[in-house]
Amino acid sequence: MTLMQPARNKTTDAYDVVIVGAGVCGAAIARCLSGYDIRVAVVEKCADVSFGVSKANSGIVHAGFHHPADMLKTKLEIRGNMMFEKLQHELKFPFERIGILVLAFSPEEMEVCRRLCAQGRANGVPRLELLSAEAVRGMEPVLSPDVEGALYAPTGGIVEPYRYVFALMEAAQGNGATLLLHWELDRAERNGDVWELRARDSRRVRARWVVNAAGLFADEVSRILAAEEFRIVPRKGEEYLLQRGAAGYPNHVLFPVPSRHTKGMLVIPTVEGTMMVGPTAREIEDRHDVSTTAENLRRVFDGAKRMVPAISTRDIITAFAGLRPTLEDQDFYIDLSRRAPNVVQVAGIQSPGLTASPAIALYVKDLLKAGGLTLTEKADTRTDLPETTAVRRLSPEQVDEHIRRNPAYGNIVCRCENVSEAEVVEAIRKGHTTLDGIKFYTRAGMGRCQGGFCTYKILQILQRETNQPIETFTKRGKGSELILGRLDT
Amino acid sequence: MQVCEYDILVVGAGAAGMAVALACRRRNLRAAVVEREEEPGGILLQCIHNGFGLQRFGEELTGPEYAERYLREVEGTEIDVFCGTTAVRLTGGDAFRSVVTYSAKYGVREFRVGAVILAVGCRERNRGNIGIPGTRPAGIFTAGLAQRLTNIDGYIPGSRVVIVGSGDIGLIMARRMTWLGAKVLGVVEIMPTCSGLLRNVVQCLEDFDIPLYLSHVVTRIEGAGRVRAVEVAPWRNGQADSRNAFRLECDTLLLSVGLIPEHELARDAGVGISPDTRGPFVDANLMTNIPGVFACGNGLHVHDVVDYVSEESERCGRAAADFVTGITDTVKQIPLHAGANVRYVLPGTIAAGRSNLLSLRSMVECEAARCTLHRGEVELATKTFRHVRPAEMIRWNISAEMTDDMSREETQPLDITIQCVADDE
Repeated sequence: MTLMQPARNKTTDAYDVVIVGAGVCGAAIARCLSGYDIRVAVVEKCADVSFGVSKANSGIVHAGFHHPADMLKTKLEIRGNMMFEKLQHELKFPFERIGILVLAFSPEEMEVCRRLCAQGRANGVPRLELLSAEAVRGMEPVLSPDVEGALYAPTGGIVEPYRYVFALMEAAQGNGATLLLHWELDRAERNGDVWELRARDSRRVRARWVVNAAGLFADEVSRILAAEEFRIVPRKGEEYLLQRGAAGYPNHVLFPVPSRHTKGMLVIPTVEGTMMVGPTAREIEDRHDVSTTAENLRRVFDGAKRMVPAISTRDIITAFAGLRPTLEDQDFYIDLSRRAPNVVQVAGIQSPGLTASPAIALYVKDLLKAGGLTLTEKADTRTDLPETTAVRRLSPEQVDEHIRRNPAYGNIVCRCENVSEAEVVEAIRKGHTTLDGIKFYTRAGMGRCQGGFCTYKILQILQRETNQPIETFTKRGKGSELILGRLDT
Repeated sequence: MQVCEYDILVVGAGAAGMAVALACRRRNLRAAVVEREEEPGGILLQCIHNGFGLQRFGEELTGPEYAERYLREVEGTEIDVFCGTTAVRLTGGDAFRSVVTYSAKYGVREFRVGAVILAVGCRERNRGNIGIPGTRPAGIFTAGLAQRLTNIDGYIPGSRVVIVGSGDIGLIMARRMTWLGAKVLGVVEIMPTCSGLLRNVVQCLEDFDIPLYLSHVVTRIEGAGRVRAVEVAPWRNGQADSRNAFRLECDTLLLSVGLIPEHELARDAGVGISPDTRGPFVDANLMTNIPGVFACGNGLHVHDVVDYVSEESERCGRAAADFVTGITDTVKQIPLHAGANVRYVLPGTIAAGRSNLLSLRSMVECEAARCTLHRGEVELATKTFRHVRPAEMIRWNISAEMTDDMSREETQPLDITIQCVADDE
């Protein structure tokens, strides 16, 4: 990502496609389309990529057994799942195919596992297996002795969701896509064969096609485009992050048997060695309500401890909540609009949206093509991103080499996650200029002290790199300023 | 990777690190100190209030002044201090102890030394650790971070402030924020008593009419961008009494809810960590289970006043010097456990036949309390202490005479208990 590039075009010069929303879908679509000889822009109302629904994602690459074959999301989930090795190879984001276990605590629950297994096999999920109590405990020693068996899906995996979205967007930008941040859609008009979109701050973007990937606000965007009427219902999930080295860290993603609306309270090991427990699932009205509650903390830990008794609230580093954008029929809604010209709807992308995202991008590309957009592959498309350097993943010998080239690799800014000054500078130069943006990009501030020791260092680096006054730095965009003033003024 | 050889490597140049390095240097050992910040002094540098040094120097100093006294002394010696240098890996070993450090200035180094002393300090417990529900806006700081931002960087972190926890840093920051021109709406403490020193309650809250809400908790944080308000409720029978909750409109929440020794470097090396202190287990020589690896200061257990950190660190330095110079400690060490009403006792053993300074924390508050050292049913030593509170560490010196006969006895573990007694006893 580079700092806000002004749109190349004069007002007469329109983009071919503008994508509304830089979450996992918007970024995946942008990356896919950036391989073609068209002009693509992404508009995002937040201060950084993935700051909406995507950043609170649980980071699971699902296997594809949870939903029946006739749902669109099942097809895209299975197709998306299989694309992750290639994506990781190209984009270098953290991903591991560690496998999923769905745990049964009774013969009835084992029956549910059997049904899920049959459904998964019918969906085309490879290598699903039903395991005895003994077999599952052999694979996963931290489990409760009450586990009576499990469904094992070895193709399930874990990913760092924001790193994945950042990488998609970086790749798209590397191929010429434009990203406009703090760009909140206010009005849209169709003039001839061009959409004129206006932001709240009066900036304008013109484009032939609009892709609505606006997550929780897809219904509002649809209304602004005078396209279909539908209602996005936020389903809130509260999750807890446990520190590295916490008791009960499992080798697989652990699921209970699912209920109708939710896959249940999970125990999720992360690629970085921390652990997440949650999420809850409750439909709410307020699309901005990402608060957590004491009641749900108890529910989450009760659920997690039932599967892994060693898990303790003592290891909590932080809590967060995310909102899943759901539609009434619980399926994805991805289609050409039948009411508004040249609009593609990408709505209701709840779980397994992240898993499906690379397949969603291909599906949207095909819809655009079917709608009449000419797509010619660019000759000079770069599919690979360069590997980023993270000191915590290097040996001392490798770090020594890096320091010789750039001493800032030797200055450890975040002691909990061993993040160097050079990594923070890289994040800032790529346009991540909020504290949360830097945190999600580098992990600085994500460890046990939660920014207690690195916040002031990051503020210093931000000032030096951007030359902006201290009062302008925020946690996650305007309104979340960190420092109110200076003593000497 | 450059290899550096010393007799002693001290990790951390705060109060503990400076004292321990000086103690080693007095024994003519070659000592190096690594410090991750750009200058030595540690957290003392941001503690610009006074009250430091009463025990040590018999006068009231500010944190920087207290640090200055040690820094001057260190400068006058041949101790090598490497700032901007972070220790990332510690390994024990028969021939030497190894510490790998990263630094922009010095690159990657491996220190091969006779003894490593961990003087790494502590970190602040944060919101996640205490699980305050609500949104996650900007404007929530640990008190120490706010202190740093104010006193070193010269920033104003907030204008309407609520403080959670009545620890000393919280109380001092209540006064500091008031002096900055901010309005401090109250200090919210879950316990029925204040957990900071009494002098700080008087000087930092009462003198400024800042309300102290004892037996209260923050039950919700509100605000999307920046903190907008917090909800405070009485804490009764282990639950928030939401019917009597009230709202305080503020833009800043400071957390002073306890400190945790930074034990990760030690833990990753295989040092045993106490669940009670959250620092390493140490014996009577302040040595961990890895021979040649020692710990002192707030990285070992959290102290009330810096003077005791300095004292403990000097002891630690002498013991590490003994280890390096091969003065083999043949003294028998007998395991010591926390008994009734004792949250923790340090060190984990008593050395027979010499004096032992114990640090312990009470679980109860009383005007007078009798501490007793037992071996099974036998009382070996007892002493009465006044004004015993969980927030104030008890220091008890067990004289050499008291432990003299232990070297002949079996090594049956000892335990220490606290019992409240009538005031006139």
